Parts: sequence; C-alpha cells; structure tokens
Amino acid sequence: MFDLFLDDAPALVVVLPLIASAIIAFMPSKIWPWIISMIVLVFHLALSLHLIEEVSISKIIIYEFGNWEPPWGISFKIDGVNSGLQILFSSFVLISTFYSRKIFLNEIEAEDTGKAYSLWLLAIGSLNGIILTNDIFNLFVFLEISALASISLISLGAGLNRKALLAAFNYLIIGAIGATFYVIGAGFAYAMTGTLNMNDLIIQLSQYSDGQLAIFAGMSFMLIGLMVKAAIFPLHIWLPAAYSYAPSAVSTLLAALATKTILYFFARLLFEVFIIYENYLIIFLDFILFPLSVIAIFIGTLIAVYQDDIKKLLAFSSIAQIGYITLAFSLRDHSGITSGFVHIFNHALIKGGLFMSVGYFAILYKDRVTLSSIKGFGYKYPITSFALLICGLSLIGLPLTNGFISKLYLFQALYINQMYIPIASVALSSALAVVYFWKIVEQMWFSDIKPKPEKEDPSIYFPIWIITISIILFGIYSSPIIEFSTLSADYLTQGLQK
Amino acid sequence: MSNSFLLLLGIATPLIAALFSYLTRYNNNLRDSFGIIGGIVTLIISLRVFHGIQSNEIFEITLFNLFEGVDFTFRVTPLGSIFSLVASSLWIMASIYTIGYMRGAGEKNQTRFVIFYSIAIHAALSIAWSGNLLVLFIFYEILTFSTFPLVGHKQNSESQSAGRLYLSILVGTSLIFFLPAIFWIWLETGTLNFQDGGILINKFPIEYMSFLIALLVFGIGKAAIMPIHRWLPAAMVAPTPVSALLHAVAVVKAGVFSFLVVIVYIVGPDYLLQTNSSDWLVWLACFTIMASSIIAITKDDLKARLAYSTISQLSYIILGAALASSLAIKGASFHIITHALGKITLFFCAGAIYVTAHIKKVSELKGLGFKLPLIFVAYTLGALSIIGVPPFIGSWSKFYLIMGSLEREFIFVAIILGVSSLLNIYYLLQPVVIGFTQTRKKEIKLIKSPLTVWPPVITGIGCLILFFYSDYFIHNVNRVIT
Repeated sequence: MFDLFLDDAPALVVVLPLIASAIIAFMPSKIWPWIISMIVLVFHLALSLHLIEEVSISKIIIYEFGNWEPPWGISFKIDGVNSGLQILFSSFVLISTFYSRKIFLNEIEAEDTGKAYSLWLLAIGSLNGIILTNDIFNLFVFLEISALASISLISLGAGLNRKALLAAFNYLIIGAIGATFYVIGAGFAYAMTGTLNMNDLIIQLSQYSDGQLAIFAGMSFMLIGLMVKAAIFPLHIWLPAAYSYAPSAVSTLLAALATKTILYFFARLLFEVFIIYENYLIIFLDFILFPLSVIAIFIGTLIAVYQDDIKKLLAFSSIAQIGYITLAFSLRDHSGITSGFVHIFNHALIKGGLFMSVGYFAILYKDRVTLSSIKGFGYKYPITSFALLICGLSLIGLPLTNGFISKLYLFQALYINQMYIPIASVALSSALAVVYFWKIVEQMWFSDIKPKPEKEDPSIYFPIWIITISIILFGIYSSPIIEFSTLSADYLTQGLQK
Repeated sequence: MSNSFLLLLGIATPLIAALFSYLTRYNNNLRDSFGIIGGIVTLIISLRVFHGIQSNEIFEITLFNLFEGVDFTFRVTPLGSIFSLVASSLWIMASIYTIGYMRGAGEKNQTRFVIFYSIAIHAALSIAWSGNLLVLFIFYEILTFSTFPLVGHKQNSESQSAGRLYLSILVGTSLIFFLPAIFWIWLETGTLNFQDGGILINKFPIEYMSFLIALLVFGIGKAAIMPIHRWLPAAMVAPTPVSALLHAVAVVKAGVFSFLVVIVYIVGPDYLLQTNSSDWLVWLACFTIMASSIIAITKDDLKARLAYSTISQLSYIILGAALASSLAIKGASFHIITHALGKITLFFCAGAIYVTAHIKKVSELKGLGFKLPLIFVAYTLGALSIIGVPPFIGSWSKFYLIMGSLEREFIFVAIILGVSSLLNIYYLLQPVVIGFTQTRKKEIKLIKSPLTVWPPVITGIGCLILFFYSDYFIHNVNRVIT
C-alpha cells in the first residue's frame, strides 16, 4: 500500500500541494491553513528525499501520467540534472512556510489567510512542476499557474502599499507576454515535429539537421519567453517592483526559487534539446546571452547602489546575480554549467535569508524598509540583524560563506575559457556589492541612535538562522552543492562537443 | 602542551579577552584589564613560538578542508613569528595606554571600542600565523571589518565619511585585485600553501608576472603604496590608540607583512629575480617614499604628519620585497619590528600630548617640551630610531635595506633612502625643536594622565636598548630567507 504511494512520488510532489491548495482555499481559520501546508510540505520533503534515493540508484526516473506512454502522454523526468534542485526546493519551501505564518498574520487581512496559503501551495506545486516536467507544453501550463498564483500573492501586498497592485498588474502583463512568446515557440516546435515531449523532441529535431527557419523561429520565441520569466536583463523590468511590493513571505519565495526554477529549465532546454543545432546555440549564447549577462552584472549592481528601499536594493542585486548564472551558462562547457548550478543553489539560500530578515524588519517597522528606517536595528533586533549581516557577507562573496564558493567556481570557469574581461566585471561587481550592502550595515549599527534591545520572535528568527547556518556550512563544507552541480553538468554536457 | 594547541590558544586568546570584556562591561576597571591580561598571554605564546622557530620546531594545525588543494591551516613561518611577536608585545603597551587615553579624552562607547580592538588583534595574529594565502585573505578582511567601528568611533559625520573611505578602499581593492590574484595563483598551481622558495616557479607564466605583482601590491591596500594610500590619513580621525596600535602596527604591518609573505613564500624571491618583474615596483616604492615624506613636511597636524611618515616607511618594506635580494628581504622583515616600535612610540606621544594639553598641531607645541619632558624625550627616542641613527634599533633595518639595494646595484635607490632619512630628520624632529626652543606666551592647563605617559617611555627606551640585543631578532630574520 505504502509502496504504491511511493511509486507515484514524482506526481505527488506536484499534485499534493495542488490538492491541498484547493482544500484550504476557503478555510475561515487563521491557523489551520498553515498547519495543513506544513504537513503537506513535510510529506513533500520526504517524497523528494525518496526520489533522490531512487535516482541515485536508477540514474533516471521517467514518470508517465495515467500510464500514457510518451511521446503521447505527459511525463515527468527526474535525473541528475534536477535531483539536487528538487531537494533544495523542497527544503526551502518548508522553511519559508514555517517562516511565513507570523509574517502573513501581520501583513494581510486575517480572513485572507486561507486564500493566501491556497495560492502559496499553488505556487509551490506549479514551481515544482517546472522542475520535473519533461514536456514543453506542460511547462507552459505550470508557468502560467505559477505566474497567476504569484501575481495574486503579490497583490495581497496591497493592504500595506497600493503600489503592490500596480506591480502585480505589470507582472501580469509582462509575464503574459513572456508566456505567449513561449507558447508560440512551443507551437512552432509542435507544428514542425509533431511532438511536445522533450526526449522525443530531441529525436525528431535531429532529423531536421539543417535549415528549417520555422524551428529556429520557434526556438527563439521559446528562449525569449523564458528570458522574460527568468528576469534576464533587459527583460527584467517586472521583477524589482514585484519582489519589493509583495508581502514579505512572498518575496522570499519568489526571490529564492521562482526565477531559479526557470533558469534551470532554461539550461535544460538549451543544453539538452537545442544543442542539436549547435551553430544556433553558439550564436545565441556568445552573441546574445553572454553580453547581456555581463551588462546585467554591472547595471544590476550599479542600480542597487542607488536604492533607498532595501527590498528594491535586494531585487536589483538579484538581477546582477541572475547575470552571474547566465554568464556561467553562456560559457557552454562543463565548468560553466557547474558554476551556474552552484550559484543557483547558493544564491537561493543567500537571497532567501536576506529577504527573510528584511521581511521581519518590514513587519516590525510596519512600513517600507528604507535605509533611514533601519537605524539602530543592529542593537534593537540583534539576532535577526546578525543573520542579515552573515547573508550579506555571503552575497559579497567573502570566504567561509557559500557565496565565496560560487565566486570561486565562476572564476575558475571564466579562467578556463580565458574570459578575462568578465572576470574583471565580476570582481568589480562584488566590490560594488560591498558599497550597497555596507549602506545597510552602517545604518543598522553605526547610526547616531542606539536603542535598547527588544524581544524578537523565535518562530521568525529560527528559520532565518537555519538558512544562515546553512550558508556558513556550505561555505566550509561545500561538497554536497558541488556534487549536485557537477552531476547536473555531467548530464547536460553529454551533447556538447567540447 | 602540544604546538598545535598552543597556536589555537594564541589565536583564541584575544577573542576570549573580547568576550570577557563584554561580560564585565559594567565594571570599567575589570573590563579594561582583560586587554592587558590577554596581551600578556599572547606575548608568552608568541615568545614560545618565536623561540620554537629558532630551534626548527614546526607549529601547524589544519582545521578543515576548504576546497581542492586548500585547507584552513595555520602554520607559523619565520616571518609570521616576527609579526606575531611585534603585535602581541605592543598590544600590552597599547592596552595600558588605551585605558589612560580613552578615559582622559572622555570617549563614549568604550566597551565597543575594547571589544573590536581585541578582535582586530585576533585578526592580526591569525594573519601572522596563517598557513596559506586564502586563510590570510580571510583574516585580512576580518581585520578591515573589525577596525571599521574603531575608525568611525566618534560617529560624527567626519568620522563616518572617513570610515566609508577606509572600508571602500581596503575592501574594494582586496576584492577587485587581491582575490582574483589569489584565484589566479590557485588555478595555475593548484595550491596556495606558503613554501620556502615559493610555489610559482615553472608553473606561472613569466610574461604575466609583472601583472600579478601589480594585482598583489595594489590588492593589498593595507600596504598603503601610492596611489592606494588615501585611507590611512583618513583613518587618523580615530582615537589615538587606534592610530597607534592599528595604523602603525597591526593593520599597516598586516598589509606589508602580507605582501612580504606573498613575495617570499608564494612568488619566491629567486623567481622574482629571474623574471625581473618587480623592478617597476622598486621605482613606485621610491616615489611613494619621497612623495609622502614631502607631504609629511607640509602637515601641521601631528597625527597626519605621522600618518604620511608611516606611508613612507611602509614603502621601505615594499621596496625591500621588490628588490628581492636576500639582504633586502631581511631588511624589510626587520623593518617590520623596528618601525612598529618607533612609530607606536610617536603615536603614543601624540595622543599623550592631546590628552594632557589638548594640542594637535605641531605649531602649537611651543615651549611644551619643558612642561612634558618625559613625553618629549620618549618622542625623540622614537623619532631617532625611525630616522635610523645608531645606537637605535631602526638603524639596523635601514642598514640592511641600503645594503640590499647595493647588492642589486640600484645605487639610485640607496641615494633615495639617504635623502629620505634627511627628510625624516626634518619632519620628525621639528616638533621636538619647537617644543624645546620656542616659548609659550599663554599658559595652558595640563591634565595629568600617567597611563598615557609611561607606555611611550617604555617603548622609546626599548628602541634604544634593543639595538644591542638585535641578535635576538636577527636569528629569525635570517630564517625568513635561506
């Protein structure tokens, strides 16, 4: 009986949150939606761990929905590429859900709690679908569900600031354009090959070894659509407002995981499917993604330096950090892809920790967290502030934090590819990160006021510190992250020539 | 007690002292005494290590692996044993002095001050005993961050902007130049461990050597070579104990020490001589020596003058490293000791004058020499040592450096060193001359503060006496390069 349950684990990690989401949608209680979400996500983590164990034995799991064989039915695929991400995802959503309770209580109307957690689980289920799906149209469905769920969640921030509505609307429009681009591309691919399954697509595409403008057009549409969703410069305009006006718990989830899952799929599509047209891929990576990433690193950091609103500052820093990841991917070799995945992991933790701490400040201050509003917080809320400090040092990339490991691998990858100018730009950007991060530290500890310490809520700082400790732990003992990333790169570089 | 445990204890002592200072923060006397106790404990350990190095003992401890080929290791090199001895012995003096100064000047937030002071010493000791370049880098950054609250201690707009400049230059250069250089060395050689003779030979491409040296010397901003020297005069807004211990000893010496370590144990002096890749640096160091001496002459603020003098003296050490001949490197290593002792004396005196008479400017010292004879005598002793007059300890290192430059047949460099000594005489002794020769028209009120007077007297006398016991240091200095 239980084995039967485990056999369907790939489906359950997606379906379970979706079902629970429907159940709690209209629950009037303030606490039960959270409890149910927590239970579901504990199961979610257990199932993910089970999946990883399975994958480590069988190397690849293809799950066919309703026993419809691919390429006709929808299938999920778990292999070396996404198993690490699945674990990260599962553990992080559990921690952030734990964190979210008090935050939601403070930031949204009490009667909306049920709806909020319903949307929360909807977002989690669909984001997890993006990680697992092996079907390009199914991906579109998950993209749309996650987008709609996130947009509704962002608009819940309207109780605090009406601009949240505008941010949600912008995200809706731009996100819809991105999704449309993607689905047009998928349509082209379907029209030309008659398949939507990614493994089958590889086989079918290899028959059109040359030419076929329609396929190139389709690929371009898909990639641009995903670039919008992953907020790759210059298609990032929706991101800063969406991250900063969302309720704090929501910005944590979005910043840590939403763009990361799409970046993962982006890499998978590029290196597993589109690799068949290597010339096309090289043109896209070398002449489009590479320069855009270098510019993103620079511009994102530079704009962050001039931000007064701390959530916005972190959001612009995210754009630069996404630039690091795409820069690594654009090197299109084993070292580059490894370093990209390493940074997906590490940056999810770092940004998660930062948004969590700032989110706590937001509910304590009951207003936008700006540089002037956090004066003396280092003394007032020492526990959370110290976590913020460590996460920030990791964002800069100092040794003994996981941010350093990211930087090390990125430097190594750039060095192997003899990309000296990007090395300089990455070094410069991390120095600028000191500037914007230190503006925060200065206000927190070295402003003119020195308030007495106040009580902090353990149920909020506990999850923050779990993330913070993991940041230090993975900075010292980095091999789990390195192994998962190397595994991802091993799988994705099978098709590469060099 | 095993050697590796001893190392850990030595590194942990300042942290423990900081912790105790925090716990006893409501009792001022008890709180401040932990700096002195910690100083005594670390001095004993540093002495033990110093002697151990003389008798070829190995002090090493590996805590964990960081990444491929790089462990979190502490290992004492002969050079490190010198630096740790200097830092810990002067910490005792500075702790005593701090009590007198901070109370005399009525500074606020004394607990925070004492704590970060101890953490800075911890970082300096860890730099001294680090076993590879990455560990050194980690504590280099900790040193910067832990001294930031000390520089911005007064928390007014002036000290805040100085703190920003301090942090952005030091952290900025280390992230833009130093860290990429470390990555580069690791990628080329697969290791970052300090080894006699260096690790770059036959591994690092010769044509990029000059570039690497540039990344290193500009990346180690604490060495304050021009044009990366602006942070040091800016940091003088800090209370004088900070300027004395940190910006004459721990921080700036950590900078030149790091550079020297890189030259001796990473690049390898022989390889440097083969490739001639540091000759350009010889000229830049000479330029810094001359330019900052000339700027020092124009400064009327005593601490600013001493700061520029420090920049000039630091470049002596960089010069020694850049010359890379055996004698020059020995001279540079020795100069770490001699300059530290001399300069801390001068800063102590400057602070003592400020606490007792509230005077900061050289031109206002008129007639003060007879009122504060001990301070002025101590100042003179320190100044003479830095100028390099025998029988003061400073004469040894200058002698070695001049010999080193002649060994490389850089006659012009030897001349520069001579001219610089003349300039030293002018700008360092001018305050003494003003103090003793001119007479003051208006009487000023003097506040007695014995705790700020005796430390400079002791270090000043040390400058004189240690001249005769220089053999003690020369042992380890000779081991730096074989």
